[in-house]
Amino acid sequence: MGKRVGMEVSIAASEAVRLANVDVIAAYPITPQTHIVEHLSEFVNNGELDAEFVPVESEHSAMSVCTGCAAVGARSFTCTSSQGLILMSEIVYCTAAMRLPVVMVLANRSLSNPISIWNDHTDVMSIRDCGWIQYFAENGQDVLDHVLISYRVGEDRDVMLPVIVNMDGFSLSHVVEPVELVDQETVDKFLPPYKPSVVLDPTHPVTMGAIVLPSCYTETKKAQDEAVKASMPIILKGWQEFGDLTGRYYHPIEEYRTEGAEVLLVTMGGISETAMWAVDQMREKGRSVGLLKMRLWRPFPFEEFRKAALKARMLVVVDRAISYGGPGGPVASELRSALYNEPKRPIVANFIAGLASRDVAPFDFIEMVDRAEGACKKGTEPEYEIYGVRE
Amino acid sequence: MKREQEYTWTDFERGYVITEPGSSREYHTGDWRSQRPIFDKERCIKCGVCWIFCPDSAIRFDAEGHAETDLDYCKGCGICVRECLPGAITMVDEED
Repeated sequence: MGKRVGMEVSIAASEAVRLANVDVIAAYPITPQTHIVEHLSEFVNNGELDAEFVPVESEHSAMSVCTGCAAVGARSFTCTSSQGLILMSEIVYCTAAMRLPVVMVLANRSLSNPISIWNDHTDVMSIRDCGWIQYFAENGQDVLDHVLISYRVGEDRDVMLPVIVNMDGFSLSHVVEPVELVDQETVDKFLPPYKPSVVLDPTHPVTMGAIVLPSCYTETKKAQDEAVKASMPIILKGWQEFGDLTGRYYHPIEEYRTEGAEVLLVTMGGISETAMWAVDQMREKGRSVGLLKMRLWRPFPFEEFRKAALKARMLVVVDRAISYGGPGGPVASELRSALYNEPKRPIVANFIAGLASRDVAPFDFIEMVDRAEGACKKGTEPEYEIYGVRE
Repeated sequence: MKREQEYTWTDFERGYVITEPGSSREYHTGDWRSQRPIFDKERCIKCGVCWIFCPDSAIRFDAEGHAETDLDYCKGCGICVRECLPGAITMVDEED
């Protein structure tokens, strides 16, 4: 067991990057990710981390540098938020298709316009289909652990995919939390050096990122889809082995007080901790409510989700992003699809809440459950609702 | 080597890496062409302007130094016709 220390979560993320002994960091500062970049540049400057720090002129370059460096066999790290992610998105898709295991911490923030530096999941949902493995952290410890787990899983020869660790901006990135650091010896045991099977090397020339014709593009995309799906057992193995070393075990879907629950709240990211309070309060009053926390978003954990969700009569899904003119929040839409073929499936109620850091307090979760129950009594599956909007 | 229509999704290197250098030569972009350039050796002054301007590097020279085109890669854009100083190149439709 490591020592528990109070630490800002951004600094915990940087500590994890140092422990992972990365070779290259390329990042451009953007709120609320800035503290991670600042701290990493100090590590490099002070000689505490033997890495190349590339102070790029944009996020597009940050991801280009990381992708190129991963291609020559360097362990690479970047982090960004919101508009920065959108600017780098062209390369984000390439990194995954080229099967280069870059790790990115995404301090989630809303997208413009209007400009908002605050937290929700609209940034990451805009690149939902980029082909990266995507985790959502619930607290500071998750962030630190998942940076390490991401390298282990992403660099596995049977995976070779980049990984995003989503961490809520401000509500996680800027708060001081108790964090247990992992000692270097344990990290080294868990995380072997990055050794890709093919690298860019002038003495053995290869082409990466070539063109493919319509006659083969479909086959390349099938290969990529299968690669992401095939990462699931390695993700589970990575969590198991990390748990064996640190005592902290993670799962694709974390259940909280779900025993016999008729209603399940479903959350992703930092609001899950508030949702637990709400569940405690409802359980105290004898209400049959539990919580499912989505930790893994890609590959989507169909099996684990169905196993957890089918026990309930109703799911109350709290989305933190919006799909304009679409079927509701992205999480609820996918959960509904995942349940569609089930003969007896729970009703899915969907609330879009907490946009741009608008507070979602325990009583808000209780209110959402009440409203969903009310709609259910009318016998109709409720439409999605933007919770708390002033009308 | 396999024809492109024979590749299944399991046939690619991971990340679609191509391990054989210079494989783009096997992609005969000349297939796109609807017109081809015809070179008049009598008028050609061997200046090489067409060679400079050809965007596909599809111009080569015969043993005497006259320009000609490599029809495997010439896309038939006609830039050589426009740039040729003595007017030695003309385009003809492929079906003719």
